[in-house]
Amino acid sequence: MSSVLITILSLSSMGIVAAIILYLVAQKFKVLENPKIDDVEDALPATNCGGCGYPGCRNFAEVCVNSDTLDDLYCPVGGQETMDIVANLLGKVALQTDPRVAVIRCSGSFENRPRTNHYDGASSCAVASALYVGDTDCPVGCLGMADCVVVCDFEAIYMDDKTDLPVVIDDKCTACGACVKACPRDIIELRKRNKKDRQIFVSCINEEKGGIAKKYCSVACTGCTKCFKVCEFDAITMGNNLAFIDSDKCVLCRKCVPECPTDAILEINFLPRKTKPDKEKIIPLNKIPEKVKTDIKE
Amino acid sequence: MLRTFRKGGIHPADNKLTEKNPVQILPLPEKVTIPLSQHVGTPAIPVVNRGDKVKVGQLVAKSKGFVSANIHSSVSGKVVKIDSLPDLTGYKKPAVVIEVEGDEWEDSIIQSTDLQKDITLSKDEILEKIRESGIVGLGGAAFPTHVKLILPHGKKADVLIINGVECEPYLTSDHRLMIEYGREMLVGTHILMKVLNVRKAMIGIENNKADAINYLKGISSYLPGIKVYPLEVKYPQGSEKQLIKALTGREVPSRKLPVDVGVIVHNVSTAYAVYEAVQKNKPLINRIVTVSGKSLKNPSNFVVRFGTSVQFLIEAAGGLPENTGKVISGGLMMGKALNSLDVPVIKGMTGILIVPGNETKRKAIEPCIRCSKCVTVCPMGLEPYLLMPLAQNENFYRLENEMVLDCIECGSCSYICPANRPLLDYIKLGKVEVNKIIRERK
Amino acid sequence: MSKLLTVSPSPHIYGKDTTPNLMYGVIIALIPAILASIFYFGWGAVIVISVAVISSVLFEFLIQRFLLQKKTTIQDGSAVITGLLLALCLPSNFPVLLIISGSLFAIGVGKLSFGGLGNNPFNPALVGRVFLFISFPAKMTSWPQAQGFQTQYVDASTGATPLSIIKEGLDKGDSISQLMDKIPTYPQLFIGDTGGSIGEIAAVALILGLVYLLLRKIITWHIPVSIILTVVIFTGILWLVDPSQNADPLFHILSGGILLGAIFMATDYVTSPMTTKGMIAYGISIGILTVVIRRFGSFPEGVQFAILIMNGFVPLINYYIKPKRFGEEVKNG
Repeated sequence: MSSVLITILSLSSMGIVAAIILYLVAQKFKVLENPKIDDVEDALPATNCGGCGYPGCRNFAEVCVNSDTLDDLYCPVGGQETMDIVANLLGKVALQTDPRVAVIRCSGSFENRPRTNHYDGASSCAVASALYVGDTDCPVGCLGMADCVVVCDFEAIYMDDKTDLPVVIDDKCTACGACVKACPRDIIELRKRNKKDRQIFVSCINEEKGGIAKKYCSVACTGCTKCFKVCEFDAITMGNNLAFIDSDKCVLCRKCVPECPTDAILEINFLPRKTKPDKEKIIPLNKIPEKVKTDIKE
Repeated sequence: MLRTFRKGGIHPADNKLTEKNPVQILPLPEKVTIPLSQHVGTPAIPVVNRGDKVKVGQLVAKSKGFVSANIHSSVSGKVVKIDSLPDLTGYKKPAVVIEVEGDEWEDSIIQSTDLQKDITLSKDEILEKIRESGIVGLGGAAFPTHVKLILPHGKKADVLIINGVECEPYLTSDHRLMIEYGREMLVGTHILMKVLNVRKAMIGIENNKADAINYLKGISSYLPGIKVYPLEVKYPQGSEKQLIKALTGREVPSRKLPVDVGVIVHNVSTAYAVYEAVQKNKPLINRIVTVSGKSLKNPSNFVVRFGTSVQFLIEAAGGLPENTGKVISGGLMMGKALNSLDVPVIKGMTGILIVPGNETKRKAIEPCIRCSKCVTVCPMGLEPYLLMPLAQNENFYRLENEMVLDCIECGSCSYICPANRPLLDYIKLGKVEVNKIIRERK
Repeated sequence: MSKLLTVSPSPHIYGKDTTPNLMYGVIIALIPAILASIFYFGWGAVIVISVAVISSVLFEFLIQRFLLQKKTTIQDGSAVITGLLLALCLPSNFPVLLIISGSLFAIGVGKLSFGGLGNNPFNPALVGRVFLFISFPAKMTSWPQAQGFQTQYVDASTGATPLSIIKEGLDKGDSISQLMDKIPTYPQLFIGDTGGSIGEIAAVALILGLVYLLLRKIITWHIPVSIILTVVIFTGILWLVDPSQNADPLFHILSGGILLGAIFMATDYVTSPMTTKGMIAYGISIGILTVVIRRFGSFPEGVQFAILIMNGFVPLINYYIKPKRFGEEVKNG
């Protein structure tokens, strides 16, 4: 009996001594932190994706608390809502920023862009891009090895087996920008998120002369300026044989889309055009998200 | 005991199919495409216009800046295009296209093949000649030669090493050059010695080229300062740092140059080009290229004018076999696989190798079993098994501390890996990124 | 041109070594030890080995196929090696059900729970063996004497290993010279005519395996030689200090699991250091730990524990012991 008592007593006294030491050490090395940092961190989405430009959510919270304004700070994942909460907590004002979404600006599928060689190296766009032009002749087109899919923390991109191109799932995309950084060819752009995730964009970034670009890829932008001429809102700019639609200015009127002779301008998440059934092919069938496909069936 | 470097190294099968084939002169193609960036450094600036008539050896592009090289026309004819055209990587780079008309050489070039032994020019005149002639390292790296010959301030070299190792499988261009142009090469060596002001030149040749060793030993025996050293066969002995270690026992410290240990290394082909430039006034317009491969009909060594398309070269060696998987510019270990045959022969191209598809296919990647073979074979004492995941995970800070920049990209690690891991693919990527970070830091 | 060219980064040729090749090389190197065990223990050895190998491979297949639902890797031979090594350090009369549970523990816990081949920090066979040793100490330490096929399995007489004879004798207060008479002679130990685990007894068979491994360049000499040399030196010092209480080095090498451990278990690729310097540090540590456990610990044999303990230190060794980089020390001349 006594041995049991001794055991209990000695163990619990050891525990108490250890607790006292721990308490003293904790007191001694206590770091005074602004409690607001914790509050702000709680308001953040805790994804630690780095989309804000800081290594993690806590780091971002610290910066928010310590900086004078929230002007340069934006959490793309939480969006405007989160920034408003943070601004409330800190008594500061958050800038109004439109939510964004990642868009893949290449339509070089197997059909549109013939493969000219076979790549057999490490399966990484970065490796292939550093090595050579890629398995097509287009020096800026998608390499199809899914570096963007690998870096996405939100499973918002997947590779389409038929086209060998990545597809963004608009609902899941938080515009953290990880894929934009990962893409060695800068194909992915963060564009303004529109109602019902509608988007009109030039799905090509090839700046070579029209004839040359067209040789590699049947849906390349040739820089013909037809869309530029038809746009009434100054949303389209031309530069280096390439048209670019500014998502902040575009009003989604869809006038430029049928003008494009190479179908390089894509419209996604729109209902099919009723008046001109022959123009339905503007969206390559496999580019239509599932949602719209079911809409069409209905 | 033959000399060699101690750390690491591998022994891939030699396959020197063309070592007994004398060098043939490739007929002139119909047109040549001369890229303006055939060397390490700034691309040259074109000095001809569309429609101009040029002669063989005429300057078509002038070097820009110190680390750059002149580029000369390799044929006579008319400039038809100055445009961006795919280079060996498929990316477009500026190039001059010349349509061949006849074969008219610049008058200043001495076309006779007599051996010109006497070096009459002064050191500065020789240096100027070499710079003018656009000579770059012909072993594959294509670093402008005149840059290597002007020693940094306060540095002194006491040994010139002439690299005749040719440790890559299949390649025999240096081997044939040593046998057929050995005397000229030795004069070139003397010229380099004079410029560098060194009294000792060591010619390192791997022991699988016994005929070249014996021949050069014979004709160099009466020459003061030049000595031929047979070396044990081991890849990557042709690498500058490994060759210096093998011949002199000196180790070039991490991220330093050979001149820091008093050594300058030049390739045998470069020495020959120097001879031609200085003694014959001939700029660098052609080189010996090995076209080889087990499936090829007539593996050969050709003297090729720069700008000739690889397609033309392969046709001359019997055409591209049906089962071809890869066409490689350079050696099997370090060469570049081509994505198209419509690319020109350039100064740094040591050979064109045809590899059947079944021999070159990579096997499925398996998990690393930590067998440490990559660590054992790395000639630089690095740990590829560690560098690859670090590069994959973009841990560039640690990558730099693990001395990734010392990697010479010899490929021994990927070669030996039993799990078929693409070690070098990612290490190269890591090097690029670490270099970027270091540049930003400055 | 009809067919597309292939492009990949250099190099464009590859060596002949593959993971299965290396693994089957180790299995070939184990054949002498397997034959010796069958020669000495007859059907007992056959049963132990076949049960261990089959159950290891089966468990790897079942767990990967149904539990983890990923590609099975039984064809690479690593599970066979685990089974073989586990079998070789068991006694010949070990119950079949316990062998199966040992394989399950070795493969399931020792290997696949960490992510399969290449990711396990501890040698799976040793994990299984130590699991059995701690769970069923009585069964693990009843060693049938080597008697070949003549004796029936059930009737095999059991006895102690030379190591345990020495250990127990010393504890009772006997001196080494008295105890030496009770154990087989060194030539007998060398050819394996003694009691013990089925694969540990025949030194000659294990050394043949080592020669094969070195010739095929599957392993380098660093780990086995540094372990054996350390044991020789350390026990040699103890022996010279007090010959009445310490057995001589040769006895230590020839008895127990040192050779099997040093040649086949410590050299396991996955759980040994990557650099030669690290391998030597690892080998020396195993040697010292083995002798410390044998001489001062409560178990007669310590090599398995020593290897497992050092397995735990391998990440640390890899982190701190780097290979000598080229150009690290500048020597001119």
